[in-house]
Parts: sequence; C-alpha cells; structure tokens
Amino acid sequence: MWHWIQRFSSPKHFYTMSVPLIKWFTVGALLIGLYGLYLGLFVAPTDYQQGESYRIIFIHVPAAWMSLFVYMVMAASAGIGIIWQIRLADMVAAASAPIGASFAFLALVTGSLWGKPMWGAYWVWDARLTSELILLFLYLGYMALQSAIEDQRSADKASGLLAIVGVVNIPIIHYSVEWWNTLHQGATVTKFDKPSIHVDMLIPLLLMAVAFKLFYAAIVLIRARNEALYRDRNRRWVRELIEQL
Amino acid sequence: MNWSEFFNMGGYAFYVWTSYGLFILVIVANIISPMMQRKKVISHIKRTIRRENIGQAKRRHQS
Repeated sequence: MWHWIQRFSSPKHFYTMSVPLIKWFTVGALLIGLYGLYLGLFVAPTDYQQGESYRIIFIHVPAAWMSLFVYMVMAASAGIGIIWQIRLADMVAAASAPIGASFAFLALVTGSLWGKPMWGAYWVWDARLTSELILLFLYLGYMALQSAIEDQRSADKASGLLAIVGVVNIPIIHYSVEWWNTLHQGATVTKFDKPSIHVDMLIPLLLMAVAFKLFYAAIVLIRARNEALYRDRNRRWVRELIEQL
Repeated sequence: MNWSEFFNMGGYAFYVWTSYGLFILVIVANIISPMMQRKKVISHIKRTIRRENIGQAKRRHQS
C-alpha cells in the first residue's frame, strides 16, 4: 500500500494514473447529477410554506457543503505540502482553490436568489452569509498569493499558511446558525437526530451532494495534472511528453 | 405534467431558473477553464523549448 502511495504521489506517475479516475468520476457525476436534478425538479413535492422556490435547495445546499469540504481539502493538502514537502499535495491545493471559490460563489448567489422571495432581501449581514463571504475571500486570497509570488515554493508556503489560518472560519460557518440568532435557518441534515426534511426531498438533495463531490474529484484531478505539467516543466518526463504532443 | 405550469415554478420562475442558470454557468466554467489552462501550459512549455534550442544553436554557431 505504502509503495502505491509513493508511486502515485510522484507527479510523473500521478499524471498517467489519474486518467482512469477522472473518467469514472465524470461518468458518476453526470449520471447521479442528472438523476438528482430530475427528482428534485420534477418529482419532489411542493413545500407547504415556500411553494416551488425551495427547489433552489438542490443546488444551494450542495454548493455550500462543497465550499466547506473543498476548503478543508485545500487546507489539509497545503498543510501536508508544507510539513512533508510532498509536491503533489501543493498541486492538489492549488487545483482545489478555484473550484472551491466557484462553489462558494454559487452558494452565495443561489442563497441570495432564494432569500429575496423568502426574506424579502437579496443580502443581509447575517452571521451565516457573512462568514460564507469571508470564505470566498479566503479562496480568492489563496489564488492571489499563488499567482503573485514568483518562486513556487514560497508561493505554496504563503498561500498554505493563509489556508491553514482560514480553517478557523469553517466551524464558524457551520455553527453560525446556532451561536447567533440568524435569519438563515438552522442545520437540517448535518445534525445528530433525524434530519427535519421529508425523505422525498432528502434523497435528491443527497444525490446532488454526491454528484457535486464526484464532479469536484474529476475537476481537481484535471487541474492537478495541469499543475504537474507546469511545475515539472523543466523535468525530462514533461519535456518528452510535450515533444510527442 | 403541464409544462407552462412547471416553468412558472409557482410564480418563482425568475428566482429558480436564474439560480439553475448560474449553476450551469459555474459547472461549464469549471469544465472549460482547466482545458484552456492546459493549452496555455503546453504552449508555454513548447515556447520555452524552442527558445532554448535557438539559444544552443547560436552558441554552437559562435564557438
């Protein structure tokens, strides 16, 4: 097992070994995603209070969950990169940032579009909304550091430290609805007792969550392959590869 | 299944379909952006290789 990890973590082997993974993740994301959307838009019952507008949940909530999940992956891999100098970890962190930023943006915008009919406002400085906005800025800050600093090692160190410091924001976002009395509703699924959502609505929601994860897995591997090519541009395996292209 | 009723989304059509439109936009952007990134990286490396070959040719010519 350890041998496989060693081989997989060298950029050269990662570049080729990740291709089948990308294929399967893409197929999985597409199938589960389409089925989840079908259930969510056509089959799930109308909400007795919110009517049809609640159907935004099937993209708002998975995007929000993903923005937190991707940030944790980014911070963990940045930490691994700094502590053990595993270059693939830095590549995964750099590859995750734009994807996480796009999910945080999607969560904020779909939430705001859902908030307008339900709360009467596109934006309020609510604890949950504000901490999610800070999460988006942390992603953008990470990406800015990555592109601004010339030397790759110091760019990884600086952006990695920002990512690790920013981890404190993750529990704040999650518990913001309990700590402050927020306009945003409390946890519905991620809590210890039974989720307070009807099963016909829960199933498409969980399907979409799985589809988002598979989609992220496929895209982060594609981006990590680009990072591997760019960061190893002076190495023989990349030069040989490029000559064949 | 009445399509016009479906698209009306109980009067919330604007909010629901704008959200789903942005969702598709974000998914497509996440697919296209790495492809463009890959083209940029490959052409950058190719240009570096060409520049190095020209440099070597010049040195060989001068020596």
